[in-house]
Amino acid sequence: MPMNIPLWAQLINLLAAVLLLLAFAMLAQRRVLTLINLFAAQGFALACSTAIVAFATHQPHLYWSVGLTLVLKVLVLPWLLHRLIVRLDVKWDVEGLINIPTTMLLGIVLVVFAFNLALPISQLANTVTRATLGIAMASVMLAFLMMITRRKAIPQVIGFLAMENGLFFAATSATYGMPMVVELGIGLDVLVAMLILGVFFFQIREQFDSLDLQHLEKLKE
Amino acid sequence: MSATGFLSQLLQLAIALLLAPILVGWVNQCRAWLSNRSAPPLLQPYRMIRKLFNKDAVVAENASWLFRMTPYIVFAAMALAAAIVPSLATDLPFAQAADAIALVGLFALARVFAALAAMDIGTAFGSMGARREMFVGFLAEPALLMVLFTASLISGSTSLPTIVDTLAHREFAIYPSLAFAGVAFTMVSLAENARIPIDNPATHLELTMIHEAMLLEYSARHLALLEWASALKLFNYSCIGLALFVPFGIAEGSADWLAILGATPVLIVKLAGGGFALALIETLSAKLRIFRAPEFLGTAFLLAVLGMLVNLMLGS
Repeated sequence: MPMNIPLWAQLINLLAAVLLLLAFAMLAQRRVLTLINLFAAQGFALACSTAIVAFATHQPHLYWSVGLTLVLKVLVLPWLLHRLIVRLDVKWDVEGLINIPTTMLLGIVLVVFAFNLALPISQLANTVTRATLGIAMASVMLAFLMMITRRKAIPQVIGFLAMENGLFFAATSATYGMPMVVELGIGLDVLVAMLILGVFFFQIREQFDSLDLQHLEKLKE
Repeated sequence: MSATGFLSQLLQLAIALLLAPILVGWVNQCRAWLSNRSAPPLLQPYRMIRKLFNKDAVVAENASWLFRMTPYIVFAAMALAAAIVPSLATDLPFAQAADAIALVGLFALARVFAALAAMDIGTAFGSMGARREMFVGFLAEPALLMVLFTASLISGSTSLPTIVDTLAHREFAIYPSLAFAGVAFTMVSLAENARIPIDNPATHLELTMIHEAMLLEYSARHLALLEWASALKLFNYSCIGLALFVPFGIAEGSADWLAILGATPVLIVKLAGGGFALALIETLSAKLRIFRAPEFLGTAFLLAVLGMLVNLMLGS
């Protein structure tokens, strides 16, 4: 019962739940524009939880990663994605052909799997917020699922970015943060990956007149 | 059973019966304001009910006793539910008669009778409305049960007063699983109360109406009772939501008379806030096609299941 854990840990548990909720909302979302907004919201929840960990465990270097998350995942990447969808003119793109309820059922199965997987691991840990490890793993897997089940390029990239959110959350909440160098490296990785993928979008569309990645599965015309 | 308990039970029932039409009037007012129309007066539902009670009832020739009895059964079921849901105090003699699961059953009883009565006359609209109502109901019910189970897991009891006592009167704690349950409950109560993503309470357009289609054959006092019952249903769902997610201000088990009286304005403020939120959701969302309803309610069910899973994972 949560009576015996401090308030900040309860807040992190709550933010973990919000993160998982947003991961599910992204899985169920059809519109690209809303997907980007949900991604930004997830980044914001992540930044909040990191800030709480930084404040509660007195690790000033975590504030850097809070700033990095805020700037990169709440402002820069969503802004880049917004600009991309405006320029690619896919702002109101609705993805068809995926059965959302089935995807969500699969998501529930993944959550159960992740929770089961995380339970023995989190019992080994000695942090107060170790229970959130399962949720972090679940959100990583849900992002994976999103990448697998989506057909268009932009939702797949958002899935990739959301997966990074989940990993980051696992690192901060379950172990109170990675070393600064690792965090900076990952942050830069994501930014660069986003830029390169942005270029890819234009190339893919120029080749196939659509962002549907199934075209890439054909080896020759 | 204490005397205070008996009195608080009576007071709660009276307040539920009186406030339910006003809550509907308030939601309609908010909806009108949000869409820039001039609002009907707050007491409009009361005037409607009075007008209907003064009219002579017209009943179809081939109507059976089922048709005549249904308004009373539905109204009684909703009034009983209003006596069970702790909205003012948790020391309720009636609440021991039914826990959360029986409460869901009570709603189901009202729904089944309403659907049977709608089919009793044999008009096309009635049976269409009844079919759709059962369709929505059978999707919404498991989700509602899951929401209640999530709250029961926290308090270790399916009795609503015990749940409220656990959530409101023990040491303050954040329950992340209730975040999921809250979203799921909002979706379920929108569907159950014939609100906009699933049904439109203001429409009488034959292709879209669900709840109104079932009431088409009713007139006068029967219609008045059914309108009052649907207002009570909205009130009950609001009170369940308030009891589970914002239980603060409800008088504790052994509370005195003064505390119960003090809980009344708190309840009114909370209901006003909830009514405004409902109007906001209704204004901001568009009605779904009927075949999107399984997806909407399926999402609610999955979120409620997720709430239970998170509860088991985090232990809170």
